[in-house]
Amino acid sequence: MPPGRGQLKVFIGMAAGVGKTYRMLQEGQAEAESGRDVVIGYLESHGRADTAAQAKGLETLRRRRVVYRDRPMEEMDLPAIQARRPELCLIDELAHTNAPGVEHQKRYQDVRAVLDDGIDVFSTVNVQHLESLNDQVAQLTGTVVRETIPDDVVAAADEVVLVDLTPEALLARLQAGKVYPPERIPTALNNFFKIENLAALRETALRQVAEGVESKRLVAGHAGNRREGRLAAAVPTAIGERLLALVTLTPRSQRVVRRAWRSSQRLGAELDVLCVRRPGRPARRDENEQLEALRRLCSVLGAHLLIEEAEDVAEAAIRVARQRASTYVLMGTPSPRRGVARLRESLASRLLRGLAGVDVRIVADRTLREDPGTEEER
Amino acid sequence: LSIVLACLAGLGLGACSVVAWHVLVRRRALGVRQRAARIAFPFTASGLSEPALAAALRIARSEHATLVPVYLAMVPLRLSLECAMPSEADMALPLLETIEQRALRAGVPVDSRIERGRSIRHALAQLTEHERYQRLVIAAAPDAAGDGFTPEDVAWLMSHSEAEVLALRPAAAQNHVGPRPDRPRVAMPA
Repeated sequence: MPPGRGQLKVFIGMAAGVGKTYRMLQEGQAEAESGRDVVIGYLESHGRADTAAQAKGLETLRRRRVVYRDRPMEEMDLPAIQARRPELCLIDELAHTNAPGVEHQKRYQDVRAVLDDGIDVFSTVNVQHLESLNDQVAQLTGTVVRETIPDDVVAAADEVVLVDLTPEALLARLQAGKVYPPERIPTALNNFFKIENLAALRETALRQVAEGVESKRLVAGHAGNRREGRLAAAVPTAIGERLLALVTLTPRSQRVVRRAWRSSQRLGAELDVLCVRRPGRPARRDENEQLEALRRLCSVLGAHLLIEEAEDVAEAAIRVARQRASTYVLMGTPSPRRGVARLRESLASRLLRGLAGVDVRIVADRTLREDPGTEEER
Repeated sequence: LSIVLACLAGLGLGACSVVAWHVLVRRRALGVRQRAARIAFPFTASGLSEPALAAALRIARSEHATLVPVYLAMVPLRLSLECAMPSEADMALPLLETIEQRALRAGVPVDSRIERGRSIRHALAQLTEHERYQRLVIAAAPDAAGDGFTPEDVAWLMSHSEAEVLALRPAAAQNHVGPRPDRPRVAMPA
């Protein structure tokens, strides 16, 4: 992060009503009590009395009135925040889409501008607003969320706080009228606020935050090692194991994935599956079919499929292995090299050289195995 | 003269190489075309029939086709259809590995799949939607408790599949490959 830039803290939750805004205000109050200059840049209390009560005592900046299609609307006043220059600004609903006519299309862009001015920001978001989870959430809940934010907005946050509540407790809050006004409760209960939806969303939110914590820990570990002048780039500092399977778009690769998955299960490790494609080369029909099959297989196995475009497979694999802090790399048996290719260094040897401290395993090709049962079967 | 002869020899060698190259490419292309035929072989954890697998392998070998064994995984309604299913995968992978080894011994190329669905028919519908194949070989169960697909599933598949469906009735006594879910996995390869 560049020096002088503000710090971003995001309060993430599985759905409306879990208490993100309330928690943000609580922490804002604590900061104000400790002597910091805190203002509320934008607050959406949704008429909840306890949320409004929590905002008492904090300076709230006025909203800006915008007229869109003859309808008056209220938006956050970005120039007012920048002119006021508080130490900390509380800005609710990070995924909000602004009305046309203000500085930015989305609120997260406003937040970036505030951070660039050196102002710290606390903000809130629901997990279904994250771009990468949008499809998954739509499948889980049957509700398509239109307001999304790029994942890197949350990934770049200095702190992500999960505001958690059990689905049962959230439903109880909803039924008690603490989330929506009475007329909206039956619709909410019949649509989005079902126990199975909430359970799935909660799991998604928990996973998202856990993955964020893990990646931050790994990045921090790398940075620490670089400072100490160790072989940081080469030796992942993760405590746990992480496997990376290199695959091509051929049926043979499924065996590599299966082997890698078995190993990952034994080690209790995460599995990444990497497929490197040449840039600019259109995929053949059979390659597309293999890719789809690979996607489905990875989805069943719970593995992460990564598709990279690169001219050099070894280079891409080394880069991804470092980024993901892989401790094992698995690859299929390479095809016999012909002609001038024999003069080049093999993929396995380049991986071993480029990924010091990482195990490289070659999964045997069964077709090459001499089997006494062969003749009998034929 | 020697230069001319050398040039002629070089040209002759070049022409021979080009012809040989074309022959090789055509043979390979023919091989690819022959292997382009695909035979789907769907099965469930409790219904992998040995005679049906043997029949599917024989057909694939005689037709120079690729065998596509498809494990049908049932996803309970409380879970998302796209969710990870490690316990099903734990069951599917050894079975697919077993089929792959049998196929390799028989000289048949394999391209395994796992299809998810809420029911067997839903998984079969997903298979029809996702995969390209010319023939589908299934084992019809000899009775309600036997391995293979029920008569209702077979009838449904016949009315819904555009590809040719070959339903085989296995012998009741020796019709299971690998372990049933409730049996120890002693017969599985490493």
